[in-house]
Amino acid sequence: MSPIAETRPVAITGQRRRVEWLPVILFGAFVLAPVFAAFSGAEGYVLSLLTRVMIFGIAAMSLDLILGYGALVSFGHAAFLGIGGYAVGILAAHGVEDALVQVPVALAASALFGLVTGAISLRTKGVYFIMITLAFGQMLYFLATSLASYGGDDGMTLAARSLVAGLPLLKGDFALYWVCFVCLLGTYVLARSIVASRFGRVLRGSRENATRMEAIGFHPFRYQLVAYMISGMMAGLAGCLLANQAEFISPAFMTWQRSGELIFMVVLGGLGSLHGAVLGAAAFLLLEEFLPEILHMLGFMLSTDMQARLVENWKMVFGPLLILIVLFARGGIMGMLGGRHE
Amino acid sequence: MTATLFLVQALNGLQFGLILFLIAAGLTLVFGVMDFINLAHGVQYMVGAYLAAAFTAWTGNFGLALLLALPSALAFGLLLEVLIFRHLYDRDHLDQVLATFGVILFLNQGVKFVWGAAPLNVPVPEILSGSIEIADGLLYPVYRLAIIAAGLAVAALLYGLVSHTRVGMLVRAGASNAPMVAALGVNIKRLFMIVFGFGAMLAGFAGAMVAPILSVEPGMGDNILILAFVVIVIGGIGSIRGAFLAAILVGLVDTVGRSFAPNLLRLVLDPANASQTGRAIAPMLIYIFMAAILFFRPAGLFPAKR
Repeated sequence: MSPIAETRPVAITGQRRRVEWLPVILFGAFVLAPVFAAFSGAEGYVLSLLTRVMIFGIAAMSLDLILGYGALVSFGHAAFLGIGGYAVGILAAHGVEDALVQVPVALAASALFGLVTGAISLRTKGVYFIMITLAFGQMLYFLATSLASYGGDDGMTLAARSLVAGLPLLKGDFALYWVCFVCLLGTYVLARSIVASRFGRVLRGSRENATRMEAIGFHPFRYQLVAYMISGMMAGLAGCLLANQAEFISPAFMTWQRSGELIFMVVLGGLGSLHGAVLGAAAFLLLEEFLPEILHMLGFMLSTDMQARLVENWKMVFGPLLILIVLFARGGIMGMLGGRHE
Repeated sequence: MTATLFLVQALNGLQFGLILFLIAAGLTLVFGVMDFINLAHGVQYMVGAYLAAAFTAWTGNFGLALLLALPSALAFGLLLEVLIFRHLYDRDHLDQVLATFGVILFLNQGVKFVWGAAPLNVPVPEILSGSIEIADGLLYPVYRLAIIAAGLAVAALLYGLVSHTRVGMLVRAGASNAPMVAALGVNIKRLFMIVFGFGAMLAGFAGAMVAPILSVEPGMGDNILILAFVVIVIGGIGSIRGAFLAAILVGLVDTVGRSFAPNLLRLVLDPANASQTGRAIAPMLIYIFMAAILFFRPAGLFPAKR
């Protein structure tokens, strides 16, 4: 049994009632944030940052569904973000600008890609699974860079955000924020009910011990494959939203570094709790956004030149921070929150 | 014309494959013996290239720079092992992936900090510059031939070390069952350090060798790392022989595929479509190749663990 399998999902431990406040607080914060954003003076900036947080929250949560509950370390999850994004971009380039067409196409493409790559990847175990999902991710990345008519390496700018039933509903930043919120809440509820269902229990059982699951008459492969496809479709949805938020799509959506960041978000938040992944995504993106500022403040006693160098090289602080979190903060943010109650 | 073009591409592929082998050899041993996923192996290649560039600028002599870069790369690898990697050996793969990802972020930015973001150029050493005629009217750069020779020499040396020395025997034993080797009284920590340092040095050597023909820039190790992973997965984790074969195969498939995929497709498609599709398929070829091999042999060509 791998150590991933030993981490218990928070939802089924004894502290259920206490930790259950967390998603309420989390989603409550997302509801209240636009109100405060109006007072902050930089409304557009705050809204777009939080919209990104929610979109990556969906992507990280989709990964948590297979990583936390299935112990399937997919190192190519950013590919699904790319599929979603390019479905919006390519359809828009051909004049199909309605989200009611784009999103189903994106979901179908993600499901198909998940079916084909999952069926091959799931034949392998452990390290080989990590590597083969990585290979499929790279395959799609290089495919995107070679799509010369859709921008190739440089990517393509969308003329406008998607329409909904012919109406420009997503045009305003507020509207997009609420659409992302509804998507986040919807996928969260869906993922929670999947995890709690019989299907979810089989998935968790296969994570603990696939041989025993087989012995009592289940095919772990089928359940893992379906979970992989569902997870891919959620990430595909996040890709659609991301393309709309940025109004731009490029192969950079699906570099392997992006897949690594998604894994990091999940682990930072705490494996196997779904809302932990959203917290992780928020922590990651906010840290990435504000670390330069924090460094600027911390460096107040240095000369202006050194301060500028420190801010410019914030990744030299970010990297070691990542290592320290892995080495010392086991269980991520959820682990820390759970630990305080005990 | 096509035959000579093919010969040139095959030589390029061989040279690329041997560079890949130098990187993959260390990676597969670290992976096989310690069960440790080291994403930071690619930045060790980058560090090797930067060291070579810095020492060349300092001494003005590439050969001397290479001699200085090798022990520096070794020392740097050992430093990373003591500081970070040692604490990750008993962690699960997920933690290893993340922590070494952090090392990549740090070092990619670190070389920018020290040497600036602009690519560095290393001149090809005087004695190895120019081209020679290897067949009728076919000129090939001497330096690339030198890389091929150096790669083959290191491969032979590695083969000798791994299959005919005591340390090599322990490494092979470690790759197939590390706990058993430790139980037999071998200082496994020291073995790990030797393997790790040696792997880092090989990656650094590969970086130093390509410094004169590629631009030395931050992030240059990221993509080659993924290719090295492809190589060791195809070859079977922990197997030097597998890594050698797979590296040559991947080098050839990638290089030859890029120049011939459009031509081959022209047989079945019209020219405009063929060149577009060919360019799209060529970079994907090795990943398709890897998926196909794993489909039929899920543990690679020469699995070390049974």
